[in-house]
Amino acid sequence: MVQTVIEPTSAGDVSATRDLYIKAYRFMLLARVLDDKLASLYRAGKILGGVFLGRGQEALSVSIGVGLRERDIFAPLIRDMAGRLAFNESVLDAARTFLGSSLGPMRGRDGNIHRGRPKEGQLAMISHLGAMISVVNGGLFARRMRGIKGTVGVACCGDGSTSTGSFHEAMNQAAIEKLPLVMVVADNQYAYSTPTERQFACRSLVDRAVGYGIPGYEVDGTNLTACLNVVGEAIARARAGEGPQLVVANLLRLCGHGEHDDAQYIEPKLKASDLGRDCMKLAEAYLTQQSWADAATLSKWRAEAVQKVEEATAAAQREPGPDPFAENYWAALSTENLLEGNE
Amino acid sequence: MSITYLEAIREAQAKALRDDPRVFIYGQDVGAFGGAFKATKGLAKEFPGRVLDAPIAEDAMAGLAIGAALEGMRPILEMQFADFSTVAFNQIVNQAATMFWRTNISCPITVRLPCGGTAGGGPFHSQTMEAIYAHYPGLVVLTPATVEDAYSMLLEAVAIDDPVIFCEHKFLYYHLKADSLPTEALPVGKARIARVGRDLTLVTYSAMVHESLAAADELLSEGWEVEVVDLRSVKPLDTDTVIASVARTGRLLCVGEAWPWGGVTAEVITRVVCEGYDLLDAPPQRLNAKDTPVPYHPNLWSAHRPTARSIAAAARKVLQR
Ligand SMILES: Cc1ncc(C[n+]2csc(CCOP(=O)(O)OP(=O)(O)O)c2C)c(N)n1
Ligand SMILES: [Mg+2]
Repeated sequence: MVQTVIEPTSAGDVSATRDLYIKAYRFMLLARVLDDKLASLYRAGKILGGVFLGRGQEALSVSIGVGLRERDIFAPLIRDMAGRLAFNESVLDAARTFLGSSLGPMRGRDGNIHRGRPKEGQLAMISHLGAMISVVNGGLFARRMRGIKGTVGVACCGDGSTSTGSFHEAMNQAAIEKLPLVMVVADNQYAYSTPTERQFACRSLVDRAVGYGIPGYEVDGTNLTACLNVVGEAIARARAGEGPQLVVANLLRLCGHGEHDDAQYIEPKLKASDLGRDCMKLAEAYLTQQSWADAATLSKWRAEAVQKVEEATAAAQREPGPDPFAENYWAALSTENLLEGNE
Repeated sequence: MSITYLEAIREAQAKALRDDPRVFIYGQDVGAFGGAFKATKGLAKEFPGRVLDAPIAEDAMAGLAIGAALEGMRPILEMQFADFSTVAFNQIVNQAATMFWRTNISCPITVRLPCGGTAGGGPFHSQTMEAIYAHYPGLVVLTPATVEDAYSMLLEAVAIDDPVIFCEHKFLYYHLKADSLPTEALPVGKARIARVGRDLTLVTYSAMVHESLAAADELLSEGWEVEVVDLRSVKPLDTDTVIASVARTGRLLCVGEAWPWGGVTAEVITRVVCEGYDLLDAPPQRLNAKDTPVPYHPNLWSAHRPTARSIAAAARKVLQR
């Protein structure tokens, strides 16, 4: 047994209160409804480029979003709709970016999952896996230099992304600098079609924490309570100055890699195992069992989420796309006098 | 007083650290040790906590600088050798260079690349990388050839709101000297006429400016007056100054230490041919390094890169047509 690994059951001080649980569940629901809507818009030909969903990973992702505070830094990845919404993203920002509205934060220059508002702490991911982690480190490093205390950064990635050099470089860098970085790895058993045995040879990715000299936590990614506890504790420890934390969640994505993919390669055995449980359904059962919500409340919440999503996607679809002549789309530098002419 | 190109780089960094609390330096061995070439000598002591040793992780070094720049800092990254910046290539060209265009937030990082050949440097400690960085939109690429430019352009690089690739030439570090640091300078984006002449325009940059000036001396003894244009910055590239010079001389030779395929010399010739074809009295020519890795042995190395002799020979061909 690895010494630094904390078992999810001993999750410590941060306990999921009813209010936190409900708040988290409702963001999960909003993310699921929005993801489903985006999938159908994609199938209807209304969205260009890839559509990647967080289905089955909402409990983990939302735990990050509800654990972060206003001045924190978040580097979400492709399956983090729930975390983005729970942190600070509006449904409209997401809808606009997927639907090519010029009014969205990326103004049609980039799309879909590649969106964010760095000034508000939500970084706009580049595609290259592993590349966002050291950027979070840089933000935290700058804050330390400026004497800003009490903020944390969370970076997300999948099992496959942990194989990159960037992941290793950034984890080691965070550890050396003792930065308040929480690295959340969603081990969903596949990287696109590649199963984890072709990705890494250690027992669990959490064992990597030992090599970096940082605490590591393993959590059942289908269980919202466990995710809230473990991610919450990791964030609290980073915030308290205990340095980087690694969280590895075990789960399964309940969709294709992207909406173009039927994921026939996923082992039926895995789907039937505990990993294949839907975190939404488990959370709903828990809400009912605790008498925190009855069927009527659950359907009211769903209706509210659907309404929000319908409004935002309808609005974004009515908005203009970018006009290549309307603003200076062809300036890659902010320093105008250093721009080269575009012939 | 006399100051070397390398000392000018150190002095510029000291001034940047002194004048701007947002500046910090991050790179391998740059702290107490003062850097592999001593470009940060004494700075860690003078500016505690602001000149920091990085792990051997160029990707994460660049990522950290980018994240800090987003938070309003002005990081200077030292790559130990330009060659190793390939490990940071992804962060530089995909993260830093796209930041402003994608998010409307500028990314003011300065990446110092000790570049170019020195005797014995060999394939992995000699590369000149201006062409590949200049190829990507969103980067400013500087190639100072003089002590004065090393100083003033590095200060300007730190002040520029966009990512700057600062190609400092290792061959110039120690032998190039000036009497004092400049108090004024041409702005980034303006080329400099390093020598006036009427028979041929020789466009070059970085260490090749000095080889080209030596070639011009040799050609003068044969009666040719060669104008040498020092580009100073390869992106943006001062096409106007180049074309104005070609308008005076009617002939063009471009010299670069980089490899021949594409690159700065090809770009200059393309621009002159496209915009000033009628100004040319002879086909423009270029001279680059050979299309092989940079050799280790001095005999091979001096035949691999352009030198005053090979530049003079190339110039004669353009002049005699
Ligand atoms: C450096 C890099 N290589 C390849 C890709 C293409 N790619 C995009 S997602 C993906 C799989 C990622 O798997 P994982 O990290 O496990 O995340 P998951 O999709 O399972 O959430 C790949 C190979 C990429 N985006 N970046
Ligand atoms: Mg995966």
